[in-house]
Amino acid sequence: MKSMRKINKVGMILSMVIGMIIAACMSPAAGPEVVESDEAAAPAMQEVQSTLSIVQERGKLVCIGNSQLPGFGFLDSEGNFSGFDVDYCRAIAAAVFGDANALEVRPATARERFTILSSGEGDVIIRNTTWTMSRDTDLGMNFGPTTFYDGQGLMVRKEAGVATLQDLQGASVCVVTGTTTELNLADQFASAGVDYEAVVFEDFDQSFTAYDEGRCDAVTTDKSSLVSRQTTLSAPADHVILNVTLSKEPLGPAVRHGDDQWFDLVNWVVYATMLAEEYGITSSNVDSFMGSEDPNIRRLLGLEGDFCSKVGIANAGCFMDVITQVGNYAEIYDRNLGPDTVFNLPRGLNSLYTDGGILYAPPIR
Amino acid sequence: MTTAAETSSDRSVLPITERYRLLGWLRRNLFSDAFNSILTLVALVFLFFVARNLLRWAFATAEWGVIPANFNLIMRGQYPATEAWRLWLVIYLLGAVVGVTWRLISGQFSGVARLLLTIPFFLMLIPFFSMGTRLNLFITAVASAAGYYIEGYLPIQRRGRAAVYFILAYLVIMLLLLRGVGAEDGPMPPVSPILWGGLLLSLLLAFFGITLSFPLGVALALGRQSQLPAIRVMSVIYIEFIRGVPLISLLFMGQVMLQLFLPDGFPLVDRVLRALVAITLFSAAYTAENVRGGLQSIPRGQYEAAQALGLSAYQSTINIILPQALRAVIPVLVGQFISLFKDTTLVALVGIFDLLGIARTILANPDWLGTHQEVYAIIAVLFWIFSYSMSYASRRLERRLGVGVR
Repeated sequence: MKSMRKINKVGMILSMVIGMIIAACMSPAAGPEVVESDEAAAPAMQEVQSTLSIVQERGKLVCIGNSQLPGFGFLDSEGNFSGFDVDYCRAIAAAVFGDANALEVRPATARERFTILSSGEGDVIIRNTTWTMSRDTDLGMNFGPTTFYDGQGLMVRKEAGVATLQDLQGASVCVVTGTTTELNLADQFASAGVDYEAVVFEDFDQSFTAYDEGRCDAVTTDKSSLVSRQTTLSAPADHVILNVTLSKEPLGPAVRHGDDQWFDLVNWVVYATMLAEEYGITSSNVDSFMGSEDPNIRRLLGLEGDFCSKVGIANAGCFMDVITQVGNYAEIYDRNLGPDTVFNLPRGLNSLYTDGGILYAPPIR
Repeated sequence: MTTAAETSSDRSVLPITERYRLLGWLRRNLFSDAFNSILTLVALVFLFFVARNLLRWAFATAEWGVIPANFNLIMRGQYPATEAWRLWLVIYLLGAVVGVTWRLISGQFSGVARLLLTIPFFLMLIPFFSMGTRLNLFITAVASAAGYYIEGYLPIQRRGRAAVYFILAYLVIMLLLLRGVGAEDGPMPPVSPILWGGLLLSLLLAFFGITLSFPLGVALALGRQSQLPAIRVMSVIYIEFIRGVPLISLLFMGQVMLQLFLPDGFPLVDRVLRALVAITLFSAAYTAENVRGGLQSIPRGQYEAAQALGLSAYQSTINIILPQALRAVIPVLVGQFISLFKDTTLVALVGIFDLLGIARTILANPDWLGTHQEVYAIIAVLFWIFSYSMSYASRRLERRLGVGVR
């Protein structure tokens, strides 16, 4: 009997130790640990098989996306993924397979997205991901061209007559806790020498409802999100988004370190949508450009030179498939965020460089 | 026992007329003295305001259009519309199985069975359903009736065994129909479980989580009581490890880290299956502890009596100990299964579209921004219906088996 009890105790202690070890592995340490294994795994993967060939073998692209961001990623009523980010997933699928629907969107939370990419379960992250230095370096990501320049903004009531940060002296601001948004708010108000009172919430729904109920003078988050939420306020016309930007939020696709061919492919698919807008090529008029003499257009559409093979794709018209099946940048933007949507979001920085924005795609040559 | 006797004698003192008349009831229960009367009035005023605001919201403010517009999404997630007939077939067959086992069940819970058979007719009254949906519901009712007649031809003593076969066959056919068989362009193309969603997925996760974790949990409980040190230690380690971590961490481990542990080139395990495994493993540990409680409540004399009769360890466990132990823990187990059903919502956090995941993506649809109250209200009602049905069925079962009464 005594020995049995001893064994029982040993078992308990053993299980506790194992539990603790595993718990230690799983807690926040998951970040750096995963990175280590990623660095070990990425070069190995490159030697073994390139991302492109894995994708082609699988027969579909696995795109790590968002399923809960209005305008960028959600399921429509028919159960299809839709949104600005999803359209870029579709564009990559169209380039690789000539079929924008050869795609599986893998919804992920903000926390798990990088781990899923590192583990090889996804091929690319297009999930309103801000390009930052630590993500680019520590986390082992490569960021493609920014598809959407966002920035943190402030919404206030019109009647308050606020125009600049200085006018918000002593104001209360609704903000989501534990985010870069909260830190940016503190940084910007401190550097402007403005005192404010932060009213913090766990998620943006709560924060925004509180603002609507008048519990704070201003509410802050990314501008695109502010615009989309404005329509849901009880009196949308009584509110205004200030013309100040508290932070830079360049959102774009990210891939794993160590596979340059795949990185190039993602880059040039994004550039192709911008170039198509620059040349005025849309999904509906692309046929009329087939006889074009302009060598820039001929190279983009694959009529001259074999540029798709340079990113590993045999189909010379890979960018044309992107344009016919998904559209150029303006079409993607307008479909999801433009004047015909509830957002009616002005292009602003997201205009071509020729229209006063900062979208500037290098030439295909 | 004594309390029941006291109440009944207490009641019998009162005149029958007063017991049943509303005024008498009110006076006795709500206005027995000044303090109680005040409390009653305050509560009434409070309830009035709550009910008024609730009704005003439900009938004037709320935009219920979001529910019919996304109804398919709520019910079946991304399951392709062209394959929806397979889901209806699953429902017809469910109706038939309920019909075929009706006489058997009705002995035990007639109320539940009768309720089950009327469900299709109640559902047909939902205003926004199309005629096609109503027709499908009607066919389900017809299938139930057909099943009921077929059972009439079975000899009574074979019905129990037949019911088990019917249910097992149903489960296999259901999975085949849902998953699909044959080629991509065949009559029943495969539908990856990733596309299963909404209520369909929540119910499947809960059902298979419960049915798979139960035997595992019982085995672990027996293992923990075992005389063999190796088995006992392993069981203890398993149970204590699983109970020491939250379910969400198991789910994250399954979704995010499993791939890092598996060798290169190992085929990807389906994400939904991974979630199901995590839920099952988690629930089994808790089931084991609940069953252990039952095992320990069996008096020593039962074991000794079984031994004295010359039963083997296996025979005494299966025939003497387990039936008594399980009967004693039915309420706890059902409580745990209900919480498992609700815990399945955690899979929404790992990117699987169960009922809650679907609700959250509907809220991100630009057409339906700002309708979270309506959507969450409906999701809550759906969860309530299924959780309450489970607890109702368990209460009937307890009464039937005489739990707490010897």
